[in-house]
Amino acid sequence: MITSPKVETKNLNLYYTENQVLHDVNITIAEKKVTALIGPSGCGKSTLLRCFNRLNELIVGTRIEGEILLDGKNIYQNGMDVVDIRRRVGLIFQKPNPFPKSIYDNIAFGLKIGGMKNKSRISEIAEKSLIDTGLWEEVKDRLHTSALDLSGGQQQRLCIARALAIEPEVILMDEPTSALDPAATFKIEELVTQLKNSYTIIIVTHNMQQAGRVSDFTGFLYLGKLIEFGNTNILFTRPKEKLTENYISGRFG
Amino acid sequence: MKIKQLQQYIGFGILAACALFVVIILFVILYDIAAQGLGVISWSFLTEAPRAGMTEGGILPAIIGTFFVTIITAAFSVPLGVSAAIYLSEYAQEGLLTRWIRASIRNLAGVPSIVYGLFGVALFVRALSFGTSILSAGLTLGLLTLPWIITTAEEAFRTVPRSYRDGALALGATNWQTIWRNVLPYAFPGILTGAILGISRAAGETAPILFTGVAFFLPQLPGSLLDQFMALPYHLYIMSTQHHAIEAVRPLAYGTALVLIVLVFFLNLTAIIIRYRLRKKYTR
Repeated sequence: MITSPKVETKNLNLYYTENQVLHDVNITIAEKKVTALIGPSGCGKSTLLRCFNRLNELIVGTRIEGEILLDGKNIYQNGMDVVDIRRRVGLIFQKPNPFPKSIYDNIAFGLKIGGMKNKSRISEIAEKSLIDTGLWEEVKDRLHTSALDLSGGQQQRLCIARALAIEPEVILMDEPTSALDPAATFKIEELVTQLKNSYTIIIVTHNMQQAGRVSDFTGFLYLGKLIEFGNTNILFTRPKEKLTENYISGRFG
Repeated sequence: MKIKQLQQYIGFGILAACALFVVIILFVILYDIAAQGLGVISWSFLTEAPRAGMTEGGILPAIIGTFFVTIITAAFSVPLGVSAAIYLSEYAQEGLLTRWIRASIRNLAGVPSIVYGLFGVALFVRALSFGTSILSAGLTLGLLTLPWIITTAEEAFRTVPRSYRDGALALGATNWQTIWRNVLPYAFPGILTGAILGISRAAGETAPILFTGVAFFLPQLPGSLLDQFMALPYHLYIMSTQHHAIEAVRPLAYGTALVLIVLVFFLNLTAIIIRYRLRKKYTR
């Protein structure tokens, strides 16, 4: 069982205009573990993920009921600073989205908007984040060239480095390897396994082998409901629900 | 099968002829002006004031007048227009108010330029007591350019990929930081191109400056923004319709037209070059 919850949802309902996208979701995310969210397209797993850093509310017509607790505090409560939440809960997008700036400026971005002015400090952090994502050796001689010149896999690792630079507590990953080739995917998965020593990670994936490889816990969503949640090994080998079994054995998806 | 092919050829032929027609008109105008105006272009034509009842001499005061009016126009309309576009595309929620604002901008774009001239007299010349001056004329032209700048800037903002905004917001950027650091730089080439094209259009306008500050002839160059001025398009108008010896000054009129066209052409060329260079920087 999960003894140290980092994030928890309580009776979470999400509506997009008239449609209910999430139904009464109760999920607990363990600290410094990897939690995978799986399910067929349109099941609401990405929507759920984006609730954790309040990025959903950018879409006009989105309404949320229930609570999401980060360290026991409801992030949707009045008076919670959304900027602060997003700095504590980073997000890696499905398609690598480096800014059209230099590699260095991509990483410095989050630090500068947070008010950091000390250039040597920024350089230090940039170097450390690039080392942590295994990118340093590949890019150290061209930090000031455009990030758009990197390969897809490098771009995605840069996006992770960019998120790490502002020292979040939770990292959300929205199908982070779906646009990458197998070699680049392998590197990202390796990275995820490393990062869980310091960060709480929630990863949405279409790829069940990936969920099996990287995650400690897995939640299966179907039609906006959390059908089953549990230890990844148990969920994949002895699912309790018929729907889960059908999905992981590839009978629909 | 044969008939279908024939239809195809005829269709393409008509379309190509239409496109060609536009190009031909442009070249006929350019050729006519260049052929008749090139003869009078000389260093002294560009650097001297008109003499002898404007039958001799150059057009320096008109060049300088147009230059300063254009600067006022740009300084007024670009910041205001871009700010309005930022509000409309980044902050305003779609609703009755924004629909109203957009409809107003579209209608403003359709207002005849002479009406802007009259409005300029009422507001800048009279109500704000700027008198007939470079300032009044520049501001009037600024109003005329505003709808164009707002529309092109909004268009430029719309081309910024959503992922640049979401990426910044996900890193804890405020809305303003996102716009200032991630949206504006990317939209900049488009905004600048739109602004330069709008301003180059304004530089050639006559009606809005007619009552707001342009003068038939001035013995000296304007000394401040509150002085009257001479301008290329108005000078051209005078030389070709209002002069007492129209036939005699015809070449001077063509020379003026040539200078005006070259000026506008250079502005447009600048816009194209800037756009090309910045596009290369931001896209791979």
